[in-house]
Amino acid sequence: MSTTLLRIATAGSVDDGKSTLVGRLLHDAKAILADSLDDLARTSAERGFGGEAGALDLALVTDGLRAEREQGITIDVAYRYFSTEKRSFILADCPGHVQYTRNTVTGASTADAAIVLVDARNGVLEQTRRHLGVLALLRVPQLIVAVNKMDLVNWDEARFTQIESEIHVLAAELDLHATTVIPVSALDGDNVVEPSANADWYAGPTLLGLLEDLTLAQPAGAARLDVQYVIRPQGGLAPGLDAEYYRDYRGYAGTLVDGSLSVGDPVQILSNGYPAHSTVKAIGTPAGLVHTAHAGEAIVLELADEVDIARGDTVVAGILPEAVREFDADICVLAPVKLAEGQRVLIKHGAKVAAAKVAQIEHVLNVADYSREAAATLALNDLGRITVRSSAAVSVADYRDSRTGGSFLLIDPATGRTLAAGIIQAHDEAA
Amino acid sequence: MTVTAPAPAGTQRSVLDALEAESIHIIREVLAEFEKPGLLFSGGKDSVVVLHLLAKAVYPARVPIPVVHIDTGHNFGEVINFRDAVVKKYGLNLVVGSVQEYIDRGELKELPDGTRNRLQTRVLLDTIESNGFDVVFGGARRDEDKARAKERILSLRDEFGVWDPRNQRPEIWNLYNGRHEPDWHVRAFPISNWTERDIWSYIQRENIELPPIYFAHKRQVFERDGMWRAVTPVSQPEPNEQVTIKQVRYRTVGDASCTGAVLSAADDVQKVLDELAVSTLTERGATRADDRISAAAMEDRKSEGYF
Ligand SMILES: Nc1nc2c(ncn2[C@@H]2O[C@H](COP(=O)(O)OP(=O)(O)OP(=O)(O)O)[C@@H](O)[C@H]2O)c(=O)[nH]1
Repeated sequence: MSTTLLRIATAGSVDDGKSTLVGRLLHDAKAILADSLDDLARTSAERGFGGEAGALDLALVTDGLRAEREQGITIDVAYRYFSTEKRSFILADCPGHVQYTRNTVTGASTADAAIVLVDARNGVLEQTRRHLGVLALLRVPQLIVAVNKMDLVNWDEARFTQIESEIHVLAAELDLHATTVIPVSALDGDNVVEPSANADWYAGPTLLGLLEDLTLAQPAGAARLDVQYVIRPQGGLAPGLDAEYYRDYRGYAGTLVDGSLSVGDPVQILSNGYPAHSTVKAIGTPAGLVHTAHAGEAIVLELADEVDIARGDTVVAGILPEAVREFDADICVLAPVKLAEGQRVLIKHGAKVAAAKVAQIEHVLNVADYSREAAATLALNDLGRITVRSSAAVSVADYRDSRTGGSFLLIDPATGRTLAAGIIQAHDEAA
Repeated sequence: MTVTAPAPAGTQRSVLDALEAESIHIIREVLAEFEKPGLLFSGGKDSVVVLHLLAKAVYPARVPIPVVHIDTGHNFGEVINFRDAVVKKYGLNLVVGSVQEYIDRGELKELPDGTRNRLQTRVLLDTIESNGFDVVFGGARRDEDKARAKERILSLRDEFGVWDPRNQRPEIWNLYNGRHEPDWHVRAFPISNWTERDIWSYIQRENIELPPIYFAHKRQVFERDGMWRAVTPVSQPEPNEQVTIKQVRYRTVGDASCTGAVLSAADDVQKVLDELAVSTLTERGATRADDRISAAAMEDRKSEGYF
């Protein structure tokens, strides 16, 4: 069993070969069951794929999506799973054509790495700029650009180098640091799982090799935990536990999203905007009590003092985050609505839900050239900057420092629908 | 295949640790945001794992919600015994929705083929409504099939219990939104991102007890549609189907009248994991599927309909 989990999101324009690439990755990584392979071979033959006996149309692996597209209905993110000796992967397959922003935002929000496809014949297109823009906004830690269909440009090194440098210019402009560009042929399988025999000029990794070896930075920063659930077992103790021992037990359950926390650490609690202090008395994890917990763990904190803490409050070590009722944010509209100034919404930030308002719309982003334009409303798939006014204080952090502290949802109070995803991030106004 | 060792302090965590933490996060969100949750509990490995995670999510408190069993009446006795033992062990309330009672009352009609998986849906929806559950946890996983691959972790159902894949809520970061209209309810799938192998590795790591039919045992079986069927009161061989005694195990527990067993010598979790690893090798060979494994994979896909 591999030891780490890597979450990947894919993005590409129609016909760049994303389905073929995902199919190739799953096939060559032996993630397709033998019986599915039989189906694949049969369907490929029926459709006369390749002419050559036994050729597989790997795009059929993601057939569910294809059928939907042919029917012209909305396509959504699908999740696929595969593993190698080194790692397990969760791949969020985000269709690029309809509602691409919404899909890409969804997939990228949890991704450790994103794969963007570029057709070697077409090079960097407007759609590529759009995808990179969204991935940059979401700050996906690692970006991989697969320059596909290299077989159709005769594995021309100069062509690849040209696209590669265009990508690097764009990445620099977007502040995307970890960007790797790989020449591939999804159709033939070159540089996907197996190295290419057609490109002796390329000494870099294959796509899978790169994914296997990517190192993930642990969320650093100060420890942060949004209290999800207060555990008070009095009257409802798990069977077999000593009621006397747990008489005064009170545990604050939540996920430690950044940093690490140890028993004895001083912590601050932001409860509806008001700070309180205490010390960590005990840390429970799914594996029992520990001295130190790390980012990503679902834990239960016991504190040394009796503090009034409820769901939605935030426990931090180090500098207290800002508790604000009004803040600026970049949002992506996820529902078919028009968000207007003055609109009443709910905000969900961490484990807190509060009534809020779209106080102001500052601009909408033109994703093709990253320019900002004035707008009265924001519609589905728009990226724009707004001011949010909340009825309750929200303990915000900059998204760059804390994915959780810097992100939120806007929800329709009437229907419960998720309207938008928001990112709190100071803008470099000089840019 | 070895057990995933816990990651050393401060380093990257194991796959199981990451999946476990994600599931517990989801469970806590659901327990906090909904008024009346229930847990769909079939006694199958996936629902057993969800219950185990639920217990961890609220520890040291008791699991605060009832378990719901939609009982087809076509059970393996071992599974019902297991269910009752688990209910006792965790001190749970058990809610049973009985397909048999619906048939006895004439509210549901037995299907021509005698199977009852499809009859469960009505009973499930009624049970959810009559108990006022606004959310039920389920053990569905996205790796089970293509439709499941697109299922959200919090999946909305309208007043008729219908899932509309075209109208799903995007799920961003770890911010789950369970709000819904009054007549609607939500299905919560906290182990969406686990694969079958993850489930078995976790069962091994946590030493989780399962119904004995998951492990190799000798049983009277006959072959039908490429699957080995147990001889039970609800599944009888046709005259041309020969009954033999084989060593088998089940990969899913379902309606005993249509759940197939696989030939297997795996009588403990490690051996089941070894067999799963072999099934990957079979895929690798990309030759013919090993009959055992492909029949089982087919069965896995057929075991839909519960959610
Ligand atoms: N020659 C060549 N053709 C390719 C390659 N990759 C994909 N194709 C072909 O390009 C066409 C489009 O590929 P698809 O995989 O369907 O691409 P897609 O449209 O991005 O997939 P969707 O995400 O479903 O839209 C198909 O005819 C593929 O066979 C490649 O590396 N070389």
